[in-house]
Amino acid sequence: MSALDVAALRKQFPALHQEVNGKSLVYLDNAATSQKPQAVLDALSHYYRADNANVHRGIHELSRRATEAYEDARTKVARYINAAEPAEVVWTRGTTEAINLVANAWGADNIREGDEILLSVMEHHSNLVPWQLLARRKGATLRYIEIDDEGRLILDDLPTLLTERTKLLALTHVSNALGTITPVKEIVAAAKKVGAVVLLDGAQGAVHTRVDVRDLGADFYAFSGHKMCGPTGIGALWGRRALLEAMQPWQGGGEMIEFVERDMSTWAEVPHKFEAGTPNIGGAVGMGAAVDFLTSLDRDAVAAHEHDLMAYAMERVGAVPGIHIYGPRSLDERSAVLSFTLGDAHPHDISTILDSEGIAVRAGHHCAQLVMKRYGVSATARASFYLYNTTREVDRLVDGLEAVRGIFG
Amino acid sequence: METPPLNSLYQQLILEHYRSPKNKGELPDKTVEIHMRNPSCGDEIRLQLRLEDGRIADAKFIGHGCSISQAAVSMMTALIKGRAIDEAGALAEKFKAMMHGDEAPAKDRAMGDLRALAGVSKFPVRVKCALLGFDALQEALKKTSAGDPH
Repeated sequence: MSALDVAALRKQFPALHQEVNGKSLVYLDNAATSQKPQAVLDALSHYYRADNANVHRGIHELSRRATEAYEDARTKVARYINAAEPAEVVWTRGTTEAINLVANAWGADNIREGDEILLSVMEHHSNLVPWQLLARRKGATLRYIEIDDEGRLILDDLPTLLTERTKLLALTHVSNALGTITPVKEIVAAAKKVGAVVLLDGAQGAVHTRVDVRDLGADFYAFSGHKMCGPTGIGALWGRRALLEAMQPWQGGGEMIEFVERDMSTWAEVPHKFEAGTPNIGGAVGMGAAVDFLTSLDRDAVAAHEHDLMAYAMERVGAVPGIHIYGPRSLDERSAVLSFTLGDAHPHDISTILDSEGIAVRAGHHCAQLVMKRYGVSATARASFYLYNTTREVDRLVDGLEAVRGIFG
Repeated sequence: METPPLNSLYQQLILEHYRSPKNKGELPDKTVEIHMRNPSCGDEIRLQLRLEDGRIADAKFIGHGCSISQAAVSMMTALIKGRAIDEAGALAEKFKAMMHGDEAPAKDRAMGDLRALAGVSKFPVRVKCALLGFDALQEALKKTSAGDPH
């Protein structure tokens, strides 16, 4: 394994090279969305300039090319997560829509009154609210795996939480608010013993871990393109073929049908059954290009770089007087997310002051209000790193935090 | 857009109100209470007023949030206590105008400590923080004028 050439890598991301408030940009809001490499921008541009047409409809050349690009991208994404076949990958608007698809299409026939859906308090609202809606429709109950002071799931509770009433476990792979990497395989195995179906929210997991859906043992894996170098508005749901085939469609329209009669229609094969209407073809092409870009890199070197960067960030940011870092202390249990508070400076004030130094971080509840409640805070500041970030940028963050202390210290 | 210098935002007076807010706590004999939240950032206040004979006899608040939201509501309560309801309403209008860039209120002595918040108008994403208290005040006054005693 050779070291990652971060300087060369950064050159491929045009948006990183700009001044914000008179300072060179330090982009540390990657858990919200990543920047895009030139290869993805070029793929989007090429698609719209040369190949743009609707898919699976026309007989003409452009439609053939668009369909091919769209389905090639699906194959790339399937390979990226080691799906058994491309048909197990359904295009969606992103992680949120993928989860809503399962909550509606699978939930319709598989969740009944008295059933239980097991979540964790660490879930992003996108893996929580769809289940609240489903539970309310069906008279089902939500139960939660709690987290400890370091943001790790309390697995000791699993034997009492997982029962024959548990029909679904919906769990984050990597927490967006705390960075916690959940011990997925262990929990999935426990859920399988009681016959529960398992959905993993991979919005962060697909970015920072090497996902092998067959190895993880889950039934559904939901993720987004835009956090892993792709465009916004595109993501995917991976599901086991047998489950996808047994599910009813959740949206009706063109593309998802086979034959339409006056009173009834028959459905297209998976995955098209779940892709009503003209899809985000350009987005799919862009996500395919993002996967090409990521697989062209030495992924062990990327992982090592992110690990080293986090070690450095934990040490340097952790040494700032008044700082409180949330989430696991062990780097083996933590992804590239650093959630913190600083003295009595509110996270919004921290973010405004850092912004004046050209540093982009997120401040707020990170769409994880249950996590904020667990720690008795209304908000945290969050610096989240990606493959193009550097130790020099961590230094800039620390300098920025000193500026915060200068005002609030 | 270039952000203006931070010292136009974080004036000493704002930090003093943030650290040692005026009128923070429960108002046992309140006649109206408004709970106002800013869901995107978690800023939260409960504004409690005792209205008597068309005046704000007393005002207190409970809340948490960023320095701008909490300082603004602290300054506001200090200024509206003892004022006629109409006057308080006019103050809210002036403050909103100031947040939208009107420079006249920033020079108006009647605005008291609130003048220190004039710089917030140059930070558009923070304007909603500063407005939280006055949004609650306007709700409270609207509720009262609608004939609801509580």
